[in-house]
Amino acid sequence: MSGTVTASRRGMRREGRTRPARHPHWTRGSWYVPWLFLGVALAVVSTFVLFPFFNTLLLSFTDATLLRGGQFVGVDNFRELWGDARFRTALLNSTLYVVCVVPVMVVLPLVLAALVAGKGRLLGFFRTSYYLPVIMSPVIVGLVWTNLLDRRGLVNSVLGWVSAVGEPVPFLTDRWLLLFSAMFVTIWMGMGYYMVIYLAALANIDPTLYDSADVDGAGTVRKFLHVTMPGVRNTMGLIGLFSSIAAFRVFGEVYVLTDGTGGTGGDNLTMTMLIQREGTGLQARTGYAGAISLVMFAIMAVLLVLQLVAQNRQRRNG
Amino acid sequence: MSRRRPRFPTGSVARYTVLVLMFVLLAGPLLWQLSLSLKGPGDDLYAQPPRLVPDDPTFGNYTGVLDRVPVLRFVMNSGLVALLVVGGNVLFATAAGFALARLRFRFRGLVTALFVAALLVPVEAVIIAQFLLVRSAGLTDSLLGVALPTFVAPLNVLLMRNAFAGIPDELEEAAVLDGAGVWQRFLRVCVPQVKGVMAVVAIFAFVGSWNDFLWPLIVLSDEQNYTLTVGLNMLKGTFYDDPRLIAAGTIVALVPIIVFFAALQRFFMRGLEQGGIKG
Repeated sequence: MSGTVTASRRGMRREGRTRPARHPHWTRGSWYVPWLFLGVALAVVSTFVLFPFFNTLLLSFTDATLLRGGQFVGVDNFRELWGDARFRTALLNSTLYVVCVVPVMVVLPLVLAALVAGKGRLLGFFRTSYYLPVIMSPVIVGLVWTNLLDRRGLVNSVLGWVSAVGEPVPFLTDRWLLLFSAMFVTIWMGMGYYMVIYLAALANIDPTLYDSADVDGAGTVRKFLHVTMPGVRNTMGLIGLFSSIAAFRVFGEVYVLTDGTGGTGGDNLTMTMLIQREGTGLQARTGYAGAISLVMFAIMAVLLVLQLVAQNRQRRNG
Repeated sequence: MSRRRPRFPTGSVARYTVLVLMFVLLAGPLLWQLSLSLKGPGDDLYAQPPRLVPDDPTFGNYTGVLDRVPVLRFVMNSGLVALLVVGGNVLFATAAGFALARLRFRFRGLVTALFVAALLVPVEAVIIAQFLLVRSAGLTDSLLGVALPTFVAPLNVLLMRNAFAGIPDELEEAAVLDGAGVWQRFLRVCVPQVKGVMAVVAIFAFVGSWNDFLWPLIVLSDEQNYTLTVGLNMLKGTFYDDPRLIAAGTIVALVPIIVFFAALQRFFMRGLEQGGIKG
């Protein structure tokens, strides 16, 4: 009992102003009560997130396969990655995804949010319908757009009908067109999500700023640039972060648009597709897949840190 | 929503034009898919100009898909997985969130840090190790194996923790004075205060589970166990030559999620505004 008291005093000092600290009598239940509440969550998260993470670390330094435990091989996997053409392709594709998708995801949903903000049934209807694709599975969206972008699909029909193109555009077979089509699909289904986040941020802008801009004779565009954008700058940073991590992880859209092949000769593989391909199936090289996973984790961690640093600097300068 | 919003005094027409164009861009593909799914053998799919209204409307594509691909079975499998995931998250993330926010115990800071660390691990980085784990437990090709890794998500634990932390002390103090134990404080006092957040957790757990593709694709191998996303992915290979059947399959898969969304859209918007993050 005395041990518990010391522990809670120490806790009190350490956690300073956390609320329950002022109510030591709340802890009078047995010591194990909190662990009953935590048990299942802690077990699931340790078993299925934390343990696999450490296991990935270990795996990536072995030549393990699905059927064999594998030997420690040092950094061989990483050396092999460096020379692996498919890895370079995947890294290039996922990086391009970030570079091309993120700027659109930061700006376009903000414009949309500014347009749909406000009261009224009609605006509410637009808000809801713009959000709908967000909750649709990438597989379904991928199938819908496969039909649309097919050689003989709607997009090519329309283009042919208005005589914009003589030949059907190979949206789903050309290496670069396929990548850009997939990016378009990603943006198509993700916009609404970021729009809703912006809506919450817009609601926090001081409305008198718009009134003073009116007095100064600012037009819609100037108000957007000089009041709206600065007002949501932090949210823009946050969305830049979310969307770059999401873009780097892209899987479903590209998988479905390429029939799971990753494009002709694997030219359209993304990082996640490469992990899925190397790490599953009977020929799986789990050690090698672990190394790819680790590289992917490192890149995402770097993205996170870069974004946070940039945001901090911006805040200090602003 | 602020009472005074950005106004566009002269640009109202331009504003609604953009909104309508955007709507066409978002709803158009779905409408075209619906039209495609209803087109019969008498329709020219590749007519120029394209025709939205079928000349020879039929439900034959729907019966065709349902006959040849066990779509309803896939729906049931997805439903079962979603039920497990929603149940697990609502019950156990809530319980854990309560302990982290309102109980005092040794290692509380450490445990909270563990959940935050787990939140930062992207699933792609651990998915192969997860697969090895599920495989050694003999759970590959089972729906339980699909549900387990997301049975309690760290994000939901932390969301619930924040929700519980926002409850004013006075409520609990009164209950303690009345002699309430931990269990009563949890069920009678605190849980009713966070029902809204629990609903948000439930909804996002459902959508996340229903739409998940990568993990079930890795775990499942027998067609009988496919979830809807993995099963739908097969449509493309099965009906390579007939976009009408693929369209019918996607519409079947879309209807439940659209109904679900329409019924609960209020919670979706609220959830995002409260800082819920897509999994």
